[in-house]
Amino acid sequence: MKTSPAAAQWIDICALDDIVPDTGVAALVNGVQIAIFRVGGSDAPDALYAIGNFDPFSDANVIARGIVGDLGGELVVASPVYKQHFSLKTGICLEDAEVSVPTYAVRLCDGIVQVAP
Amino acid sequence: MDKTKLVVIGNGMVGHKLLEAVVASGAAAQFSITVLCEEPRPAYDRVHLSEFFAGKSAEDLSLVQGNFFDDNGIHLHLKDKAVGIDRAAKTVKTAAGAEIPYDKLVLATGSYPFVPPVPGKDREGCFVYRTIEDLEAMTAWGKKSKVGVVVGGGLLGLECAKALKDMNLQTHVVEFAPRLMTVQVDDGGGRVLRKKIEELGVIVHTQKNTLEIVDGPGMGVAGRYAMKFADGSQLETDMIVFSAGIRPRDELAPLAGLNRGERGGIAVDEFCRTNDPDIYAIGECALYQGRIYGLVAPGYQMAQVVADQLTGKTESTFRGADMSTKLKLLGVDVASIGDAQGSTKGALSYSFVDERKQIYKKLVVDASGKLLLGAVLVGEAEEYGTLLQMMLNGMSLPDAPEMLILPISEGTARPQMGLDALPAGAQICSCNNVSKGAICAAIDEGCTTLGALKKSTKAATSCGGCGPLVTQILKHELKARGVAVSNALCEHFAYSRQELFHLVKLGGIKTFDELLEKHGKGHGCDICKPTTASILASIYNEHVLKPKHAKLQDTNDYYLANLQKNGTYSIIPRVTGGEITPDGLIAIGAIAKKYGLYTKITGGQRIDMFGAQVHELPLIWRELIDAGFESGHAYGKSLRTVKSCVGSTWCRYGVQDSVSLAIEIENRYRGVRSPHKMKLAVSGCTRECAEAQSKDFGVIATEHGWNLYVAGNGGMKPRHADLFAGDLDHDTLIKYIDRLMMFYIRTADRLQRTSVWLENLEGGIDYLRKVVVEDSLGIGAELEADMRLLIDTYECEWKKAINDPAVLKRFRTFVNSNEVDPNVLFVEERGQIRPANEEERKSRLGSIPVVTESSH
Repeated sequence: MKTSPAAAQWIDICALDDIVPDTGVAALVNGVQIAIFRVGGSDAPDALYAIGNFDPFSDANVIARGIVGDLGGELVVASPVYKQHFSLKTGICLEDAEVSVPTYAVRLCDGIVQVAP
Repeated sequence: MDKTKLVVIGNGMVGHKLLEAVVASGAAAQFSITVLCEEPRPAYDRVHLSEFFAGKSAEDLSLVQGNFFDDNGIHLHLKDKAVGIDRAAKTVKTAAGAEIPYDKLVLATGSYPFVPPVPGKDREGCFVYRTIEDLEAMTAWGKKSKVGVVVGGGLLGLECAKALKDMNLQTHVVEFAPRLMTVQVDDGGGRVLRKKIEELGVIVHTQKNTLEIVDGPGMGVAGRYAMKFADGSQLETDMIVFSAGIRPRDELAPLAGLNRGERGGIAVDEFCRTNDPDIYAIGECALYQGRIYGLVAPGYQMAQVVADQLTGKTESTFRGADMSTKLKLLGVDVASIGDAQGSTKGALSYSFVDERKQIYKKLVVDASGKLLLGAVLVGEAEEYGTLLQMMLNGMSLPDAPEMLILPISEGTARPQMGLDALPAGAQICSCNNVSKGAICAAIDEGCTTLGALKKSTKAATSCGGCGPLVTQILKHELKARGVAVSNALCEHFAYSRQELFHLVKLGGIKTFDELLEKHGKGHGCDICKPTTASILASIYNEHVLKPKHAKLQDTNDYYLANLQKNGTYSIIPRVTGGEITPDGLIAIGAIAKKYGLYTKITGGQRIDMFGAQVHELPLIWRELIDAGFESGHAYGKSLRTVKSCVGSTWCRYGVQDSVSLAIEIENRYRGVRSPHKMKLAVSGCTRECAEAQSKDFGVIATEHGWNLYVAGNGGMKPRHADLFAGDLDHDTLIKYIDRLMMFYIRTADRLQRTSVWLENLEGGIDYLRKVVVEDSLGIGAELEADMRLLIDTYECEWKKAINDPAVLKRFRTFVNSNEVDPNVLFVEERGQIRPANEEERKSRLGSIPVVTESSH
């Protein structure tokens, strides 16, 4: 996760339970669409990742609806449209390193998922 | 440059092969080619002629690829026959009066059926079995008949008997010799063959010499005609088909001063040249060293030799051909290799007879017991490929040659031929003349599956008899090259889908996490997760939206709808068999109108509604369910639709109620998840309006039941379905589909449609028939029980979803806002919405500032 910005910038999104483990949800934050993923689940502590919801390959806001997994040790989400993989940590596309989606700071605070756009 | 004028007389299988070989050589541009064909249609597959009676059309049997003639500048004269050759002027005269000049001439006139000179043979109901026109005439007459007789118990005669059986006639075979297939099998084999064929309902009469054919005693009661035999007996029948051998069509030869054999045939040398060096003869009209080669493979070899000669590869020769053959006659496997009768001096034989299973196998070996000279296999012919190669390549026999034909018991393996000992020149596929060397070269070029090898080399694509051997070579060569053929699904599992299926089933594994922990590594990915979800659904049929499976689903399965390019979804309710009430149509129309959806009729006879956002899906489905609809599973890798024509209820031509059967089948298999989508169809007659032969499983009504087709496909790589079984009653049909579908689900690769699955299945459709019809693996009952579980536990996924608050909660466009996606924009076209294109979207988004309210 990124360095925490000033406390005032954190925005509440949803309860952790609103995200099914190992899937994502889309959030609308000041007009920006953010895909937030919950990875881990039953045995490991949940890790949260936030990247842009806009898929640069299909020009559609769908990234949150991709399948989460890992490729070569890198946590990724696969775009549901044309299946390119984006790193959950860096937003970089594994198939084409020139293409990336933005990343956002995200944290869990008292059971509430927060992002700092 | 002046082109060489090449004239080919005859466009049968061999004549056509010559044209293909010339084109394949790349030298076609050097020739101006003219083809004379007396039949009304160009080359077709005479070897599979009997399939015409099992529903194949003349087009299906055609050997002409696309616009072959036009594309290659070949002049084809249909319905015109050569009547003379003027060797001095170098012209061919045709029946239509044309005189066609040639520089090189090829006679590929083939043969004609021999009809014994029996008085009465020219009666109306007497036929021969050679051309499609013959078959059409037989079909027409067959409709007015109850009993049919084939004269001749050879290979073609038995093919012909199948045709009569397919027409549902009481079928008799009359043979002059004491046994069937005199040329290919010995007495022992003939006995087993006869018994098997008689069990199939064909009545066999051997040692019958027909003296004459007269009007029948009952005139339409016992049969129109009576055949009188030399032994005083007689046989009443309505139609007679002569299939007593072939004779070469060599009548042009003597007129032109070309040498003929004493008993016919145009004499040729090893270059397939006649006594005129500019005239060649190939196929069944040619006589090489006193012998006519009446099989297609040697004909193809001759065609290749002549193509080589014409294109400058003068070292190519024909020096006789092996006449070994393997075929399926009336469903009985029969194979004959080399010296089947054991007539070589000093030959010894081994034989094995199983009278219960009706299997006969014989090996003929030389006096030293080291070399295989020939073999006969009846009832089971799996060893054909191996034995043929041993014989052809003079490979030394194992110490106990009998092991090659004795049944293998549990735990023992049949001695395998050392594939290394097989020379590179060994011909593996005789139909398409593919050598072991050519197969190895294709493997070197990257063919690592049977499907790829078939495509690249054409091996095993005609009769398919060499398929098992090609597979063995492939495996052996890959191993020899150190190519570990990785069938691993992805980096998380070192197993193929088929292996994972078994691990899940045998291990009773119920979740992805458990499977990953026991057999995989890492977190999984978008390959193994949906694959596992599909396997779990195929075995346990648990609701795909259960929390433990949710993370595995592709977005289509997660939202139970089909994702479209702009991030919206489309919705397809089930319209079983394509049958829908006016009220149903009105309801769909009203709902689509209310939600502003684009509607289109699908290829599977349903209605697709486009443009719904995630949060709208449950609202729309609530209304659809209230109107009596259920999920159509268009989003799943699962059974899609069972298309049907209107059938006998309304149609003037329908012979069975295709709609009712389609509805029954669709309701039976709805929701069944599979390696890829499955499409089915039921047609009510052979006009085939439901296009069942382009479906994974297709059913076509016959007058006596249903024909079942498998592994058809439309789409990117169209494939005509194969006839799996004919004239099935309802219960048998359903049983076979249960087994076929479950076997496909168990054994196919991820995202492998039935067409590719069957192409790659070792043993092909014969193997599939063994598993499904004969239950050779003993898993028939298990497959049916597995299918029964899926049928009994079916639930409409949407009905469940809209009544489950935890699931409904997921159907939100934004987790923190009730806004809609501002990027989803539509424009109107032809009175409906369509997604805005990039330009339209940018101008709209740019000009109208998007104001959104965050809900924090």
